This record gives sequence, structure tokens and C-alpha cells, in this order.
Amino acid sequence: MVPTHYYLILSAILFGLGVVAFVFKRNIITIFMSIELMLNAVNLAFVAFSQALNKLDGQVFVLFVIVVAAAEAAVGLGIIIMTVRNRQTLNVESVNLLKL
Amino acid sequence: MNAPLIIFFVLAAMCVIGAISLILQRHPIHSALSLIVVMVALAGLYLLMGAEFVAAVQIIVYGGAIMVLFVFVIMLLNAGLEERTNFSKLAGFAGVPLAVALTGLLAAAVARSQDTVQAATQTGATAPTKALANLLFQDFVYPFELTSFLILVAILGAIVLAAPRGES
Repeated sequence: MVPTHYYLILSAILFGLGVVAFVFKRNIITIFMSIELMLNAVNLAFVAFSQALNKLDGQVFVLFVIVVAAAEAAVGLGIIIMTVRNRQTLNVESVNLLKL
Repeated sequence: MNAPLIIFFVLAAMCVIGAISLILQRHPIHSALSLIVVMVALAGLYLLMGAEFVAAVQIIVYGGAIMVLFVFVIMLLNAGLEERTNFSKLAGFAGVPLAVALTGLLAAAVARSQDTVQAATQTGATAPTKALANLLFQDFVYPFELTSFLILVAILGAIVLAAPRGES
């Protein structure tokens, strides 16, 4: 039996790596993938708590998170396609219309 | 050291190495493949925790549908190597320390909460997938129906965004 806090610490590490990827990557698709990584880390925490408390509600919430992630991926990648069509580049530094 | 613990450490190492590889790879397709490794390892961890249905959904929806969408878009946009640009000073100096602090804070918080978490008795749940189905289609049936509406809106949004402009 693996202690529950091992899963939670792994979840924290994965979330932190997702944050690092989000801050340091310059490719808009990779930044989007790091958001998926953070969502996966949260899912791991949900399932770990579900197992620890012996209640299945956490697993139901994981299913909802996966649905929302799928919808987000579809819309986000549509936005990325539009951005690249307008800017001809994947670099987020060039998407600066709202920047002062 | 018993077998589940060894399996846990192998899968956790796969997760962390995949996530680090996602950061270090410069080509987006390599980052996507690293993310697939992370997702498959997470599915293994779900199996280890006895959440079979979530593991299957993780492989099918995340590893299958969403990552195929990512790889498809990367190939459609013909994405090449990532361009190196100068980081903003804030990200360069404070980014990594702040991320490490965030990870440490999260880990400390959950490690401290372990007493309350492990207070619950661990009885082996029988047929968790059946119980999950009962929960999903009875207690959570309205949120479930709402997600189908969300998916519909997302499909329409994706079509409107990505459809070619011009003749209309």
C-alpha cells in the first residue's frame, strides 16, 4: 500500500513543473501542453484523495475535469490556429497587441 | 520494500522525467510525445490506486483524443524549433525560485494534512466502476448533462474559429 501523501507530493511536483514550463516556454503550443500537465497533476490529487477517503466523488470530478480539458483543447487549438494565421509565428512574444 | 511501492516509484520517475523532458525539448512534437509518456504513467498510477475506469478514460481521452489533436495541430502549423528570445527579467530571476517555492508549499501543505486524510478506514471497494456509474448518473446527473452542452459549445466554437474564411 502506497501512502497517500506520496501521491500528493508527486502531484505537487508535476504541478510545479507545469508552472515552470508555462513560464519558460516560448512556443504557444508547448505552453498549452503545460496547462494540460497542470490539469493532470490536479487529477492525480483528486484520485489520491478519493482513494484515501474511500469515496468515489473525486473520481467523478476527474471525469468532469477531463471533459473540460477536452473542450478547452478544442477551443484553444482553434484560437492558436487563428493566431498563427494572423501572425505567421508560434512565438508568444509576437502576440503583444495588448502590451503597453 | 513491497511491490506497489516499487511500481509507484517507477511510474513516478516516468512522470517526472517526462515532465522535465517536456520543458527541455525544443521541438513541440518532442514535447507532445513527452506529455504522452506522463499521461500513460499517470494512467498506471490510477490503476495502482484501484481507479480502473479513470485510468481507461485517461488513456482514451487524454492519450488518445487530446494528444492526437495537439500532434495534428503541430503538424498542420508546421511548427519548427522553438525560437530563443530573451526572458523578461522577472521570469529570468524569479521564475524558478518561485516555482520551487510553490512546489514546496504544496508538498508541505499536503504532507501536513496526512493525519486527517489517513483517518478514514481503507476498505477494499468492490466493483468501483459500477459504484462510479451509479454516482455519475444519479447524484451528478445534472452536471453530467451540462458537460454535454459544454462539449457542444466547444465544438461550435472550434469550427467557427478554425474554419477557413472567405466565401460566405
